[in-house]
Amino acid sequence: MNGTVSKLRIALLGTAALGLLAAPAMAEEELNALVWCDHTDAALIEPFENEHGVKVNLREYEGTGAALAILEQSRPGDWDVLVIDGIDVFRAVESGLLAPLPDDALPTADFFPEVVMAENNTKDGVTYAVTEKFGYNTISYNSDKVDAADMEDLSAAWSEKYDGRISIYDYYLPVMGLAAIADGIKTGDITADSLPKIGTVLGDMRARAASVAGVVAAQTALATGEVDIVVGGGEWLTAVLAEEQPELTWTIPKQGAVRWSQSIGVLTDSEKKDLALEFVKYIVSPEGQARLATSACFWGMPANAKAGSVLTDAQKKVLRWDDQPDYLARTQLYPAPDTDLDGEMQDLWLETLQQ
Amino acid sequence: MRNAARQTLRGWGFTAPALLWTLAFFIVPFLVMGAMSLATLDGRTLVWGIRFDNYAELAGKAYLWRAVVISVEITLTVTIVSVLLAYPLAWIIAFRVPQRWQRLALLLAILPFWTSYVVRSYAWLLVLAREGVVNQTLMGLGITSEPITIANTRFATVTGFVHFFVMLLTLTIYANLIQLSPNYRRAAMDLGANAFQTFVHVVLPLTLPGIITGAFLTFVLCIGDYVTPQILGGNTELTVPQVIMVQLGRRADFPLAAALAIVLMGIVTLAYLACARWLRLDRL
Repeated sequence: MNGTVSKLRIALLGTAALGLLAAPAMAEEELNALVWCDHTDAALIEPFENEHGVKVNLREYEGTGAALAILEQSRPGDWDVLVIDGIDVFRAVESGLLAPLPDDALPTADFFPEVVMAENNTKDGVTYAVTEKFGYNTISYNSDKVDAADMEDLSAAWSEKYDGRISIYDYYLPVMGLAAIADGIKTGDITADSLPKIGTVLGDMRARAASVAGVVAAQTALATGEVDIVVGGGEWLTAVLAEEQPELTWTIPKQGAVRWSQSIGVLTDSEKKDLALEFVKYIVSPEGQARLATSACFWGMPANAKAGSVLTDAQKKVLRWDDQPDYLARTQLYPAPDTDLDGEMQDLWLETLQQ
Repeated sequence: MRNAARQTLRGWGFTAPALLWTLAFFIVPFLVMGAMSLATLDGRTLVWGIRFDNYAELAGKAYLWRAVVISVEITLTVTIVSVLLAYPLAWIIAFRVPQRWQRLALLLAILPFWTSYVVRSYAWLLVLAREGVVNQTLMGLGITSEPITIANTRFATVTGFVHFFVMLLTLTIYANLIQLSPNYRRAAMDLGANAFQTFVHVVLPLTLPGIITGAFLTFVLCIGDYVTPQILGGNTELTVPQVIMVQLGRRADFPLAAALAIVLMGIVTLAYLACARWLRLDRL
C-alpha cells in the first residue's frame, strides 16, 4: 500500500514538474503564417519573435491555388497571416479570406509609388493587403559568356545565337508577359485574341531552350554553366549568388520587362488579429523590409523606400537601388488574367512545353 | 460451434486494423478522388456533381494525352532497363559472391538509398550537366570535342530513375534467386542442358515472380513520380504527375487533377492485370 502511495506521489510530483516545465512554452503566443520561402529566413523572423515574445510558425507554399486550398482545408483560426502574389489579392478578397487593414497603420506613403498598387490591394475603398516586396521577371545571364549588348534586346535572348543556352523560368504568367512585351503587347492588354501571337514567341523561346526550370533549378543551371541565360529571371535569381559569382547578372531590355510583387494581409478568421497586424507592420517597416529584401531564399526590392536607410551600400548595389526609377518606369505588372483567360494561358503554356 | 465463432471473431479482430487502415487511407480517399474527378470548376468555385467534363477535356487536349504517353514510355523504358541491369547484379551477388560477403554486397548495392531522393536527383543533374563529370570525361578522352546535352532530357530522367530502381529490383530478384535450390540447376545440367539452356528453361521461369514483383513496383513508383522528371527532365516534356502539379499550383483545378490521377490509377490497374499471373497475391 505504502509502495502504491509512494508511486502515486512520484507520479503526481512528476506531472506537476512537467506542468511547470511546460508552462512557459504553453504561455508563449503563436502566430501562424502562410508564406513564400523568403519569410522563412530566421534573420527576418527572430527580431519580431524576440520583440513580441511570440513564436511565428511559417508554412511555405508555391502557387496561389495551393495556398487557397490549404486555407479552405484548415479550420477557421488556424492561420493568421497570408503572403500572396500581388495580382491574386483579389482572389483571396473575393473568397472572404482577408480582413480589412487600417490604412493609418501602414506606411504606404513611404513606398515606391508604383508598387502601392491600391487597385490590387483594396476593394471598394477598403484595404485588404499591402505590397511588401517586388522585383522583375526579365533576363538573367552570365556576363562572361554572353554579350551584354545582346541582352538589351528581348528577342536576342532567344535568338539562334544562344540556341540551347537558355532556360525559361517555369511560371507561365511572367514568361507569357515577357513574350507579349517582346511582341509589343502590353501585359494589361492581353486577351484571348493575343494568345496566338504570344504563342508564336513562346514557341521560338521554347525551341531555343535547354530547360524550363523552377527557382532552384534555374539558379543551378545558371551557376553551373548548364545555361547562360534565364528568360524570366531577375534579381531574385542572381542576387543571392552575387558574392560568389558576380558574373551572373541581369538587365531590363529596351522593350521593358515584367514586374512581380507580393502582398501581405491578415486572415479574416484569425483569432490574433492584433498580433497579425503587428507582424504586417513589422514586415513593411524599414527594418523588416531590409531583412525581407535580402532574405536567404531570394532577394527582391522592398516596397518601402525607407528601407534604403537600413540596407548597406553593397546590398543596394546588388538590388540596383539607384536604377529603380528607370526600371519601374519601363516595366509592367505581370498579367492578371480572369479565370477563363488564365485557363487559356495555362493551356497554351502546357501545349508549348509539350511540343 | 462456439469455438468456430470465436475463431471467426478472432480472425476479424486480427484483420480489422488492416482493413480499417485500408478503408481510411485508400478506399475513402480513392472514392473522394473519384467524386472530385466528376466535379467541375465554375470560375474558381468547386461544383460537386456527376459530370464527365474533365474526362472530355482530357480526351480533347492533345498535351494532356501526350503527358499520358510520355509517362508510359518513360515508365516502360525504366522498368525494362532496370530489370536488365538488376538481374545480372542480383545473380552475381546470389551465386558468385561468397556467402559471407553477400550481406556486404547487398549493403553496397542499396547504399544510394541512404541519400535523400531529391539530393540524389540534383547530384545526377550536376553529373550530367554540360560542365559535369560525364562531359568532362568524354572530352578528356577525346570522344567529344564539346559538351553534349545530357541533363534536362528524357535520358537524364531515365538515368535518375534507373539508378534508384535497380537497387529495388536487385533486392526483390536476389530474394527470389537465393531461394532457388541449386539442385534444379544441377538436374538440368545432368539432363544435358548447357548453362544458357538451364538459365532460359529453369532459372528464369522460376525467378519470374521475383522479377515481375520488382518490375510492377518499379512501374507503380515510376509512373507516379514527380521529383525525378521535374529535376532531371528540365520540363522539356511533361509527365502526368507534372501536369497534375501545374493544375493545382495556381488554378487549384482539383477536378481535372483528380481525373488525371484516376487515369494514372487506370494505367496501374492495367499493369497489375498484366502481371497478376506472376504476382501470386493469392498466396497472401
